[in-house]
Amino acid sequence: MNDTAARLRAVTGHRLFWPALVLVLMLVANTVYRPGFLAVEVKDGHLYGTPIDILRLSAPLILVALGMTLVIATGGIDLSVGSLCAISGAIACLYISKAPDQNSLSTVFTALALALGVALVLGMWNGVLVAVIGIQPIIATLILMVAGRGVAQLVTEGQIITINSGPYRAIGLGHFLTLPLAILIALAAALLVAAFTRRTALGLIVESVGGNAEASRLAGIRSGRIIFLVYVVSAACAAVAGFMMTANVSSADGNAAGLWVELDAILAVVIGGTSLAGGRFSLSGTILGALIIQTLTTTVYAMNISPQTSLLFKAVVVIAVCLIQAPAFRARFARRRSGPTPGPAAPQREKEQVPA
Amino acid sequence: MTDSRPVLTMTGISKSFPGVRALHDVDFRLFPGEVHALMGENGAGKSTLIKVLTGVYGIDEGTITLAGDQVAFSGPMQAAAAGVSTVYQEINLCTNLSVAENIFIGREPRRLGAVRWGEVRRRARALLARLDLDLDVAAPLGSYSLAVQQMVAIARAIDVRAQVLILDEPTSSLDAGEVAQLFRIMRQLRDEGIAILFVTHFLDQVYAVADRITVLRNGALVGEYLTEELPQFSLVEKMIGKELDALERLDEQPKRAVAAQSGGAPLVEVAELGRKGAVAPFSLRIHAGEVVGLAGLLGSGRTEVARLLFGADRADHGQVAVDGGRASLRTPVQAIDRGVGFCSENRRAEGIVPELSVRENMILAMQAARGWLRPIPRRRQDELVDRYVKALSIRPANPDLPVRNLSGGNQQKVLLARWLITEPRLLILDEPTRGIDIGAKTEIQKLVVQLSDGGMAVLFISAELEEVLRLSHRVAVMRDRTMVAQLDNDDSLDADRVMQTIASGTNREEVTR
Repeated sequence: MNDTAARLRAVTGHRLFWPALVLVLMLVANTVYRPGFLAVEVKDGHLYGTPIDILRLSAPLILVALGMTLVIATGGIDLSVGSLCAISGAIACLYISKAPDQNSLSTVFTALALALGVALVLGMWNGVLVAVIGIQPIIATLILMVAGRGVAQLVTEGQIITINSGPYRAIGLGHFLTLPLAILIALAAALLVAAFTRRTALGLIVESVGGNAEASRLAGIRSGRIIFLVYVVSAACAAVAGFMMTANVSSADGNAAGLWVELDAILAVVIGGTSLAGGRFSLSGTILGALIIQTLTTTVYAMNISPQTSLLFKAVVVIAVCLIQAPAFRARFARRRSGPTPGPAAPQREKEQVPA
Repeated sequence: MTDSRPVLTMTGISKSFPGVRALHDVDFRLFPGEVHALMGENGAGKSTLIKVLTGVYGIDEGTITLAGDQVAFSGPMQAAAAGVSTVYQEINLCTNLSVAENIFIGREPRRLGAVRWGEVRRRARALLARLDLDLDVAAPLGSYSLAVQQMVAIARAIDVRAQVLILDEPTSSLDAGEVAQLFRIMRQLRDEGIAILFVTHFLDQVYAVADRITVLRNGALVGEYLTEELPQFSLVEKMIGKELDALERLDEQPKRAVAAQSGGAPLVEVAELGRKGAVAPFSLRIHAGEVVGLAGLLGSGRTEVARLLFGADRADHGQVAVDGGRASLRTPVQAIDRGVGFCSENRRAEGIVPELSVRENMILAMQAARGWLRPIPRRRQDELVDRYVKALSIRPANPDLPVRNLSGGNQQKVLLARWLITEPRLLILDEPTRGIDIGAKTEIQKLVVQLSDGGMAVLFISAELEEVLRLSHRVAVMRDRTMVAQLDNDDSLDADRVMQTIASGTNREEVTR
């Protein structure tokens, strides 16, 4: 009995318990509303079904949010990721559209490398502004958030570039080993970032810089380099997400691609339990956060919630998740629920009076 | 004084936190017109008692009476309104606001909702005059020293018609002259009939200013004593609850004369190192195995010397040689590379990373030196951390606990461990024993002796002259951001002579009495 209680407390005390519970509750609600919600079937050797869709659609957000997690862990923020998605998608699509054979693998890989290279340079730009020049991250990345949209539009010359490239489309819609390629790419990226941070000391150093920058400097950490690095990683993640977004629709729209994804990514990081103040970060929490956001979007469509109320509905759920996830709020809630307990003094005194 | 009735009585106070009994059946009383010192080691329950009194925590059992009425405050604001004001160790005022605004913030005199600024400034000036302070009340508080800020905090506290003034470690960041000024103010307020509850780690200060002493140990009351009836030695014994053998043994050691070290080549040789506005160019030699003490008043440039040596600030003058070869120590990374370690006096802001674990905090400097691409293998981490948790008796001995959950003394030991793991050749310790209890203090002092015996050079900075004299082979004296003397710590050197050097020939101030 006691043992069970202790084990239960260990589970509910886990930092990912509450976000996971919310995700499960949302899935349950969907299943109640539409019993076939969780059904997955095999068609033409591929897996199909709503859960697979959710995973596939959340892939770009997971990618962006992974990079964002590292940036936020250093105490920074990267608002430019949406624009970076647009720029990288636009460059890749532009290169492919100009190529003689859009279906050639080498064309697609050259396009990807080119776009990724540009994104890395832009990530370095962010990194220099924050780590070298010392501009506050929110301002430094706001520059590229605004200017980047302009760059994307210059690349596309204000048009929507449409391409017809099988290999490129596969990034968003292809399958490998029965699973959508996008899911596998996101998974690979997650494993890569996890290995990059937890197999090396990068994670510790990022958390140290975010937890106390001055103490880290005096411990001999070159915080500048680390901060520079996380903005570059964030840009790389955003670029790959941009490929997926444009591959999904086989076209690049400088205005719409990756619009507001930075906000969803920040939200995913926060839902996942990483503090905006920096310090400890959780990659699995971030992935869970991204899944919650995508499930929510799918739920809004699946339950036929009217478009007028859907944004408000999302907002309410997000607020609820954030509150449930906050230890301070749970503590207050728990205290109120248990009610005012009588102090140990009162009953004891009564007992003493009885024999007297 | 003693025949009057206590203004404040706390009877049978108990307070528990989950898993901890912080206070158990504690009685405490406070008479008007006395300075009453509350003594005890870290974790003895001093802060809890104050927080229970001012309503930060509720009490489990017991009663509090103030001026004859039973009270239970809901928080410090209500307590202050009833006449129980607190000045905390960390000054919680706004440095960007003016002195006058800080004194009256939250209770500004108003007319029709508008703040009467003229009145605010006039009353602020009057209050400060009462404390014999001549400040520009319109200047931002941040433009004054910490000591003055502390006085302003007291001015704020006594304005609320205080009957009881609680000073929680008010002197931990003040130098001797400022302490004397504070004591003058405390005596003046005492003579006006205010009851002052004084918490400090400095025994000398207790004997300088307190009329009565209450000792707590492990959350329980040890006793209440008149200061003149309790010799300093017995006080320490009552706080610790055991014979103070360790401290005695250190005291009995012969003076750590310099003879052995002066022959060889210096490990670090500093020539005319300086930085404008921080510290005037100074020269200093430190040999392997030598402890050089750095004495001087607060703000005399002690910390600045340490920061220049470690590259925490950049020197704009002079040079440093390590092992006879010229070395550039312009950043912490370069200094660490040359075998220098630096424990900052500002533990919280420049030392620990609060949310990281004890283990992570300990390996941080070593990991930084290796670079992020070469993580320290987990087994090696455990080995190192285990060794130092044991060697420094860090408690609780759980390396996976966030370091913020440890007491100040144990956090200090974690920082020491962080540097010891890097096996430095010169360790700079800036106020390593400040604000920690006497047991941990003795352990750290013993460790310094051990390390220097093992060949490590130590630059030891402390505001406590006794401590500097006990540990150092040589004492460098700072005054007004200049190194004015370097004295061999032989039999002729005592605290008085160091004080005289600090005062540099001028009549030295009576500091403690």
